[in-house]
Amino acid sequence: MKSKEDSVNEFIKKMMNLLQDFGEIEIENVELTTEELRLMIQPVVQAAARRSEVVQKVEEKPLELVKATFTPYLEKFSGQIVEIQIGATKSEGGTRGKVVKIGGERTMPFYSFEASNPNKPAFAMDVFDMPISLTKPVKQMVEDVMYDPAEWAKKCVNKYGAQIVSLNLVSTDPLLEDRPIQQAMKNVENVLQAVDVPIIIGGSGNPQKDPLVLSAAAEVAHGEKVILNSVTVDMDYKKVVKAAKEHGHTVVSFTPMDVNNQKRLNRLLLDEGLPKNQIIQDPTTAALGYGLEYAFSLEERIKLAGLMGDEDLQMPILAAASNAWGARESWMKVDEWGPREIRGPLWETVTCVSLMMAGADLFMISHPATVRVAKKLADSLFGEGSCEQKVESWVTSLK
Amino acid sequence: MAKPTLLDVYKFLPQTNCGECGEVNCMSFASKLLERKYKPTDCPPLVKDEKYKDKLQALNKLVSPPVRAVVIGNGSKAVTIGGKEVLYRHELTLHNPTALAVDVSDLDAPETIEDRCKKIEGFKIVRIGDELKLNLVAVRAASGDPNRFEKAVEIVKKSCSYPMILCSFDPTVLAAALRKPEVADSRPLLYAATKDNWREMVVLAKKYNCPLVAFAQDNLADLKSLTLTIKKAGVEDIVLDPGSYTEGSGLKETLNKFVMVRRAAIKAEDEGLGYPILGVPAVTWLDGGEDPVKTYEETYIAAVMMARSADILILHTLQPYALLALTTLRQNIYSDPRKPVAVEPGLRTFGQPTEESPVLVTTNFALTYYTVANDIEAQGNTCYLLVANTGGLAVECSVAGGQFNASVVKSLLDDTKIGDKVKHRKLIIPQLAARLKGDIEDTTQWEVIVGPRDSSQIRDFLNKIWPPQKN
Repeated sequence: MKSKEDSVNEFIKKMMNLLQDFGEIEIENVELTTEELRLMIQPVVQAAARRSEVVQKVEEKPLELVKATFTPYLEKFSGQIVEIQIGATKSEGGTRGKVVKIGGERTMPFYSFEASNPNKPAFAMDVFDMPISLTKPVKQMVEDVMYDPAEWAKKCVNKYGAQIVSLNLVSTDPLLEDRPIQQAMKNVENVLQAVDVPIIIGGSGNPQKDPLVLSAAAEVAHGEKVILNSVTVDMDYKKVVKAAKEHGHTVVSFTPMDVNNQKRLNRLLLDEGLPKNQIIQDPTTAALGYGLEYAFSLEERIKLAGLMGDEDLQMPILAAASNAWGARESWMKVDEWGPREIRGPLWETVTCVSLMMAGADLFMISHPATVRVAKKLADSLFGEGSCEQKVESWVTSLK
Repeated sequence: MAKPTLLDVYKFLPQTNCGECGEVNCMSFASKLLERKYKPTDCPPLVKDEKYKDKLQALNKLVSPPVRAVVIGNGSKAVTIGGKEVLYRHELTLHNPTALAVDVSDLDAPETIEDRCKKIEGFKIVRIGDELKLNLVAVRAASGDPNRFEKAVEIVKKSCSYPMILCSFDPTVLAAALRKPEVADSRPLLYAATKDNWREMVVLAKKYNCPLVAFAQDNLADLKSLTLTIKKAGVEDIVLDPGSYTEGSGLKETLNKFVMVRRAAIKAEDEGLGYPILGVPAVTWLDGGEDPVKTYEETYIAAVMMARSADILILHTLQPYALLALTTLRQNIYSDPRKPVAVEPGLRTFGQPTEESPVLVTTNFALTYYTVANDIEAQGNTCYLLVANTGGLAVECSVAGGQFNASVVKSLLDDTKIGDKVKHRKLIIPQLAARLKGDIEDTTQWEVIVGPRDSSQIRDFLNKIWPPQKN
């Protein structure tokens, strides 16, 4: 049985229906006292006086839905991004249990209404060959393995779901430990043994030493199809290219935030005889809040140019989302901004997913939450996973 | 249609060079009209003189963006959404940053509603000179009860000055809230017209002169049919909600629709879809779930929607870390792409530095420089700041890439003649450049002090180490 309140509400609803603006009145099962009725009718009667003109107007207007069709506007791209395989199995001359393919796009990322891109973006986690200063939210996740790169790599793969390990040989920096190259190579071997996923080998950023470090690493990792990260225009990139060709690796072409410089360096590498499918480009990743927009637009421009046929820009794109940890919002303790244990990874995640939409194919990540979330997002955008949501019910059913 | 040229626009101006608009001639007005510095109605004769009526109309049509600009609310807090002209940010600055709304439910207790409103309006964070804020309150008629909704809207109106989105698929419920003149006159966005209720919704939108959301979650033909109908019925300010599925394959469909809608408007000039896009990341919360997991999910869904042209988003979370990330992303995406990456290298002064004042160094990446300069200023430090030419790269990148090195610092010291301005020989470098300490000392013969990790800590740092102790 309906309560009195329900009946009143029902009644008001229907009264409104008629008097306020539209429809027909139907009064059923309504029990009201005269007093209630008088009180309720007062405001609506006034409204009724104002509405007649509105109703008249609408009557001249369409009474039925206008019929419409929709055909999406499709771009015809003449170019295609090259596909790169990272890692090689035993039968391919390496020892990896898993390999990862990136690139191969025929349209902008996830525009699946237009064409199907063959590969999802891939996610690598950062490992360093010496303990370095890490922000608190990241440190918490790796503290127990920080002194052993092989264990660190294992944790990233087995516990955190990294598809690729990015080993950064920062110890070789002459301004840091200046670790001898042969000694640094031990960790390359150890990591290759510890995990069966593909690896990225990074230098320290020292332009004199990196060519030596990277070409030595190329030799140690012969046949493994690793990524050598990275070459710049102001170093002996020819040495690295030569080693990459000889041992079958891919090279990251790294330039500071300029599409023309990126194009130029890619061209220099191509001219050295390095095939397009052994080059990944990194036009520099700036963090959310600290120039993310430059990276975002650069990646969109590069991807579009590649799709439109620019041969020098048709390589997959690498983005170091982990640069997000340089932003104070990710690590600084500020109560007003909420707990940094969540804020930090979220800062990296938002940096990552934004660049995923812009066109990056391969990510370097520091926090496991970003890996987990970004993988899930990539799966969804490739149409995986069901969706049971009754989207219109958000108005009434939001928890 | 191609973008109008200067002459296309000039054709519809009076061509009298009267100067009433403040420009020297009509051609100059035309050029600023194309840059969107003026609207056609900024030409006084076009508005005043009856004989220009057709020209004004034609001009309005010519320069109106392919995505309609829709205003929600009025007065100083009014929000304009849409007005987009391009698909990609690098083509031209994107206009009208994504408006952010947070929901309140009419099922909540009045104090809860009030509290959420206060939090919505209270969210304010200053970043690099901009104030990051939310823009709207979305009031949900979760009860389905007109009276209850009317009361909730009344509370929202009293506790918050932001414009509202009134959310219900039941027109009688929306009508109840709109009865109050102070609500109706505040030009709320009405959510939403569907294939079943559009007749009533159109009446409300017209009667109260409110923008109206068209909602069709199945396909874009339905959505288009709805907008064409609504437009024909006389409502021009329409916002599109193609349905915000936030999980699995549904999310893929949603983002595809966003792209298809925007492409249709800009590339195919599809009249039925040339409106702002509304996304509801709040849908993430439909199946329940807890903070912080749901907030995290909602935030990245909102981020990808923003990256895919969403003009307005309805959120559920009020967690500051989520709002900080999203308002920052918006600040980034909607910044001017022509803004240079680098600032002029050289010497800057803060306060009235003397020969005893500290000397700091940073890089010439625009965002690094402005962050550091803003912090130094806000903290009231008196110092010299040397801006090194790192080719527009931030500290960490340029140390790694070698653009920030000892010889760059040396020539900076030489070029600025800072040695003539101060008596001491102490240089404070960013902590992220700590590894350059020895190199810089050897090259410049200045003593290097490794500074704080972040420029927000400069004052505390200087308090500790400056003036230096005499040995």
